[in-house]
Amino acid sequence: MDWQLVLAILPQVVIDGLVLGFMYALIALGYTMVYGVLELINFAHSEIFMVGGFVGVEILLSLQSHGWLGRINPFVALILIVLAGMVVAGLLAVAVERIAYRPLRSAPRLIPLISAIGVSFFLQDAVRLTESLWRNAFYLTYPSFAVLNRRIELGQSIDFSVKSIVVIAASLAMLVALQFLVKRTRLGRAIRAVAEDQPTASLMGVNVNRIIALTFLIGGAMGGAAGVLFGVQYNTINPFTGFIPGIKAFTAAVLGGIGNIPGAMVGGLVLGLLEAFAASYLSLFTGGAFGAEYKDIFAFSILILILIFRPRGLLGEVVRERA
Amino acid sequence: MRLHPVRSLLVLALAVGVALLPSASPLEAQGKGTIKIATQSPLSGELAALGEGIKLGAQLAIEKMKGPLEKAGYKIELVPFDDQAKPDVGVANAKNINADKDILVVVGHLNSGVAIPSSEVYKEASLAMISPANTNPTITDRLLPNVYRVCGRDDVQGAVAARFAKENLKAKSVYLVHNKNQYGQGIAEFFQEWAKKNGMTVTGFEGTEERANFDPILTPIKAKNPDVIFFGGEYPQAAPLFRQAREKGIKSQFMGPDGVDSTELLKLGGDAVVGMHFTTVAGSVKEYPKAREFAEAYKKKFGKDPEPFAAQSYDATAIGLKAIEAALKGSPGKTPSREAVAKAVRGVKHAGITGNVNFDEKGDPKIATYLIYQVAKDWKDNKLVKQLDIPTPAAPKKS
Amino acid sequence: MSGREPVTGRAAITHAAVLVLIAASATLVYALPRSILAFMSFQASLVVVYYARLPARAKLGYGALILGLVMPFLGSHNAYYMEVAIQVGIFVALALGLNIVVGLAGLLDLGYVAFYAVGAYTWAVFGSPQALKLFPTATGLFPLDGWWFFPFLALGLAVAAAAGVLLGLPVLRLRGDYLAIVTLGFGEVIRVLANNLDKPWNVTNGPKGITPIQRPPLFFEPALRVLGFEVSPFALYPLYFYFLVLAVVAVVIVANRRLERSHIGRAWEAIREDELAAQAMGVPLVRMKLLAFATGASFAGIMGVIFSAKQLFINPESFTFLESIGVLAMVILGGMGSIPGAIIGASVVTILNLQVLKGLSLWLNELRNAGITILGYNLANLPSQFEPAKYERMVFGIILILMMIYRPAGIIPARRRRIETAAPPEGAAR
Repeated sequence: MDWQLVLAILPQVVIDGLVLGFMYALIALGYTMVYGVLELINFAHSEIFMVGGFVGVEILLSLQSHGWLGRINPFVALILIVLAGMVVAGLLAVAVERIAYRPLRSAPRLIPLISAIGVSFFLQDAVRLTESLWRNAFYLTYPSFAVLNRRIELGQSIDFSVKSIVVIAASLAMLVALQFLVKRTRLGRAIRAVAEDQPTASLMGVNVNRIIALTFLIGGAMGGAAGVLFGVQYNTINPFTGFIPGIKAFTAAVLGGIGNIPGAMVGGLVLGLLEAFAASYLSLFTGGAFGAEYKDIFAFSILILILIFRPRGLLGEVVRERA
Repeated sequence: MRLHPVRSLLVLALAVGVALLPSASPLEAQGKGTIKIATQSPLSGELAALGEGIKLGAQLAIEKMKGPLEKAGYKIELVPFDDQAKPDVGVANAKNINADKDILVVVGHLNSGVAIPSSEVYKEASLAMISPANTNPTITDRLLPNVYRVCGRDDVQGAVAARFAKENLKAKSVYLVHNKNQYGQGIAEFFQEWAKKNGMTVTGFEGTEERANFDPILTPIKAKNPDVIFFGGEYPQAAPLFRQAREKGIKSQFMGPDGVDSTELLKLGGDAVVGMHFTTVAGSVKEYPKAREFAEAYKKKFGKDPEPFAAQSYDATAIGLKAIEAALKGSPGKTPSREAVAKAVRGVKHAGITGNVNFDEKGDPKIATYLIYQVAKDWKDNKLVKQLDIPTPAAPKKS
Repeated sequence: MSGREPVTGRAAITHAAVLVLIAASATLVYALPRSILAFMSFQASLVVVYYARLPARAKLGYGALILGLVMPFLGSHNAYYMEVAIQVGIFVALALGLNIVVGLAGLLDLGYVAFYAVGAYTWAVFGSPQALKLFPTATGLFPLDGWWFFPFLALGLAVAAAAGVLLGLPVLRLRGDYLAIVTLGFGEVIRVLANNLDKPWNVTNGPKGITPIQRPPLFFEPALRVLGFEVSPFALYPLYFYFLVLAVVAVVIVANRRLERSHIGRAWEAIREDELAAQAMGVPLVRMKLLAFATGASFAGIMGVIFSAKQLFINPESFTFLESIGVLAMVILGGMGSIPGAIIGASVVTILNLQVLKGLSLWLNELRNAGITILGYNLANLPSQFEPAKYERMVFGIILILMMIYRPAGIIPARRRRIETAAPPEGAAR
């Protein structure tokens, strides 16, 4: 075993894991909030995330084709596309709720879940259809900014790119803001009330439908932001990008304790780091017998283990069985 | 809900009317009937551009060269099938093709993983398959009597790439990444085989289906700092992989096989892929003096430049047409059998636009061309670095 | 579907109409080998038989006539229809298996093709030279002789059922929606394993897939020859597999019906309707759920064995998540918990995928090539990405959403559901 190599890549693996973990955390928020309020796995959330990524790339590409891209400050452009991604993804999430979930709110639990799977598949192909009609291609690349790709060197073997710092900072800021919103504002109290007990909340004068729509809006916006950041970080997006990160983010939400916002963050980070470690080191430690390709198995095994041994997750409370 | 048989009879009568509408006209073809050539290639999905090129190349060939057969009284038609780059779909299409007795030749596929099971189906009907693009050795090494290809093979291509890395790029170490499909893993293994035999250090061999986040693969690569990174696979993965590698500060040279040969590689990969090398069995049209006319006709008809394999498909279709003509001579007066056509292909000597093709006993071209390109800032300016005509290795010994 | 009715004038008309319908649609298929609509009208004749006002025995007779006689005849005339029929049969069995898990027991399994894969690989590994890579010394034994195919039908069933129990044991205590995600993960795990287990031990040959896989022996061929039929194996195998699939489907249907009406079936439905209440009534939850999982898995396992033998070649791409969702869409479309529903759902979705979407694509292509102008729009300009065959995900998605919103019980609701919706208990709004 080449311990020197193992140590040499350690800092980079940690950074990779953190970037990935914050991305999972942002996506996981959408799952956790919706689950907290409706007890529904919003299967389509991974596609909301993907749509956010497409909004970002479409804006950048059209700026580029007009020749304006070089003239704006990259950070302004970044904020612009993140906001646009949040708005579009949030509205889409609300629309999905209105069309595919609200009519089924009183149905048995499997029914809206199946509808959610349907929405997820529909959105993948809908994006593919529009992009291929519009650009005759549905694998798109984010134009890159030199500033964001610059690498900061710390010592000899450690360096990281500006954009990974930006991604981490942006995610952290959004997570903190959301936590504040839910815990400290009237709106947040209403959301928590609806999550706790819908009929009672409604008796207390909370407009349940509006609050649920708002939950979708916020969760969707976080997913959209994650989509744009994902595109900026890995600079590639396609209609099927969302699926695997979506499942992993759900795993992260369960890992942290579903319905719990700090839990989503902790779960995301733990999963991101574990995955980065597994994928980078598996091949080194096993002499090439197993490789990075097992990283998805790794994530799913964690999910299964957590559900068996600690179904309420790391920070979660006991989930009551509701009829 | 109750369907009454009498009512459904009425519906059936209506359906008959509709069913007859589209099928009525082609049935009344003049003369001796219709001969069809089928193409099977992915017309959808990420490889659609290449698959479309195969279809259009065949279409052009039929339009240019159907003369003799039309004179003999046949109507020549192209039937394009979309195999979606999936083995299941390819096999189902193949059964559909077998069932259409007018189809005498299949031109296809793009993906070896689809071509192998599909050709087993064609074999059942003794239907000739002429492949413009399948480079996997297994295609012809099974010694099926009906399978041909006009391009080179991956065992040679992988060795050519490895040799180029060692001799021209002066690489001492190489890191191999592949996309975990039959084609990509295969060519990476052939690269590895040659490299190990010839004293290069293979610092890693990793497969991945990942399409976006290549961090965990690139981090060890960066630490090992190989001279060359070779990606066995196709451009939708190669482009982001190489791009992220450069962004991570990896300075190795990049290489890939013919699967990355597409303008999309440059569009998706940007500056990161400029200067990289790739091997291919299908040179760009400008490499073939005879192909200029083809390229112009293609552009005029379809409004775009021919994709890689379009010219090969043109040649494969031409060979198919020639074989049909030859078989027709063998049985004057009646439409030749599929078996006769499949046999006749072996005898065709074709001076094609991508080179002279005549087949060995496996169905491989006796000599195939392998080219190495360097990617330029504009895809059209890609530089041909090396061109090699290499005889095809002999058939494997039957064990 | 009631018992015997006296043969009245009306019944005679019905009989005659059914016969004419079968004959007419079969003639159409024969005369127009490439017309999709003709073949669909033939398939529709089966549905008409099912719904016709006829005694059950007559329906069975007509069904046997269509499936046992007319279809093989048409299939030997046009091998493509045989392929379609075989694929429909395979998916009918898969849908019936999933129907037990999702429809009867109410456990949403999103990784159902994993069991199909397990069955397929069980035979593929041992019925091909692949086994020699695992046991290089056993050159005398592997690849196994074609006769082993039959014991492997049972083995595939057993292995898949065991996989179902293995997965079920830890996860079946989970709540329904968690279970869905875990099964999804399991499906992916099986696919990734199949894709990666070419090292350190070469079990599955990875993405390169396994070929050639042995087919069951044509043991009846000498008999045919004695009778004076000279048929090539290529023509015989589709028929052979057709009847094999038909037989398995028949067994699966019978098993399904018996299970549904047994106390096990009622226990499953109790679990589906209300887990807590069922438990309170003494239904052993975990055991019953395990049984549902294992039963469903075993149907997939046996079909997997047949699939690999029919296909001669398998690789992990045949066992993706999309396939699982496809089977789920079949069950949902037909009606959860409904046997005829699962059959219809599987037929409709398979034919939609194999024939209608592809047919539309080909037709569009012809129009594009012809360059016909409609309303001033030249069809030659139609973007090449607009191919209906590419959008099966969209089709599945729309099926799932619309069915859930407008007809959650499916095209043919399960009997019990039909009874429930006909006479709702007072005040019950579900």
